[in-house]
Amino acid sequence: MTELHLALLLRGPAHGYEVKQAYDRWFPDAKPLAFGQVYATLGRLVRDGLAEVVETRSEGGPERTVYAVTDEGRERLRAWLAEPAPPAVAGTEDVVRKTVVALRTSAPGRAARAVALDQRTAHLRRMRELQARDPAADDVATRLAHRYAVLHLDADLRWLDEAVEALDSPTPEEPR
Amino acid sequence: MTAAPPIPDPSLELRAVAHSYARTPALRGVSLTLHPGEVVAVTGPSGCGKSTLLHAAAGLLTPQAGSVTLLGRDLARLDETERAVLRRREVGIVLQYGQLVPDLPLRDNVALPLLLDGGDLAAARTAAHDALARVGLADAAGAVPQEVSGGQAQRAAVARALLTSPRVLLADEPVASLDATGGRQVLDLLLDVARRDGGAVLLVTHDNTAAALADREVRLRDGAVEHEAVLR
Ligand SMILES: Nc1ncnc2c1ncn2[C@@H]1O[C@H](COP(=O)(O)OP(=O)(O)OP(=O)(O)O)[C@@H](O)[C@H]1O
Ligand SMILES: [Mg+2]
Repeated sequence: MTELHLALLLRGPAHGYEVKQAYDRWFPDAKPLAFGQVYATLGRLVRDGLAEVVETRSEGGPERTVYAVTDEGRERLRAWLAEPAPPAVAGTEDVVRKTVVALRTSAPGRAARAVALDQRTAHLRRMRELQARDPAADDVATRLAHRYAVLHLDADLRWLDEAVEALDSPTPEEPR
Repeated sequence: MTAAPPIPDPSLELRAVAHSYARTPALRGVSLTLHPGEVVAVTGPSGCGKSTLLHAAAGLLTPQAGSVTLLGRDLARLDETERAVLRRREVGIVLQYGQLVPDLPLRDNVALPLLLDGGDLAAARTAAHDALARVGLADAAGAVPQEVSGGQAQRAAVARALLTSPRVLLADEPVASLDATGGRQVLDLLLDVARRDGGAVLLVTHDNTAAALADREVRLRDGAVEHEAVLR
């Protein structure tokens, strides 16, 4: 979550509500972000020097704190994107997060395509390990469990391929 | 001081290979090296140039630029007949869209490389029977290609490619018509060329589970290498 908030702030300084709205737009199929969590995370980012408070706006309504990402925060995000998500079935959401962030932020210092291709390699390596086992050495249930993992990695890989393809087709600018 | 072990000569080396069909550029300067004992998967979206690369590697197509060295022979320096002989004796090829002779029973289709080389008919047929049995087609040896399923025809093409224990195997989507279990069995036979016999295998595939069996992935995009990664 830390890195996602940094990525959302990379679009420009924003207050908590804007961060939440952007998150819900980036990940439309995920559970909407709770306000409490947004403020807690932003507070932690400031404490750790990854974000800073740049102004306090009131615009007639309640006072709102506007946050911006710091250089340290940018570096943290860059390092996160450079590391493929763990290629595990349970890591799927992380694959989606990294790829969407890479597409949305065009990954400071790193092409989004490279993020997706490195993820592809991490997945293929894991798949290779799972398939290298001698099928005769496993009972049916173990074999099927491995097969489940292989097929889910394959689903991730197909989605990654579509993501790479999508990089070539221009899409409308994201609303702010 | 101990001398470093000699690096074996590559089984296949493509250098800056470029080729266009009419106005369609299919390969734009692809380089690729394949060593003995190695399995390389060539992947990429449809139309990215995988089959063109395989045809160039096999000497079935002479690229307009760049060079192809197969088992130490510069293919551009060989004539048509010399290339055909090199393929028949040392190289196993599985093409994407069938390559079986329509009127010949599978047994003779598979025996063809030996027969064309002037081999003894009975010995060639015995070898063909063994090869067909290995791909699970012992019972279909007498059928002609149009009497068998797409998957069976694909298995027969694999049997033919394996018949002469090739030093280089070039396979274009060899399991596209097979189901998961059958595909894995056939892939294991193809991979044995490298794993057991120390040959080199170039596996063109759009199937991730097949690509994940390779030692290395070379990914093409628009006729160029987009990404290369060691999987081992
Ligand atoms: N004989 C041909 N004449 C004209 N254009 C061709 C010919 N063969 C291939 N092409 C074109 O060259 C490009 C590369 O084709 P190729 O068959 O090598 O792709 P591929 O990666 O094998 O695709 P697929 O995954 O669909 O088999 C494509 O744009 C294709 O349309
Ligand atoms: Mg093809």
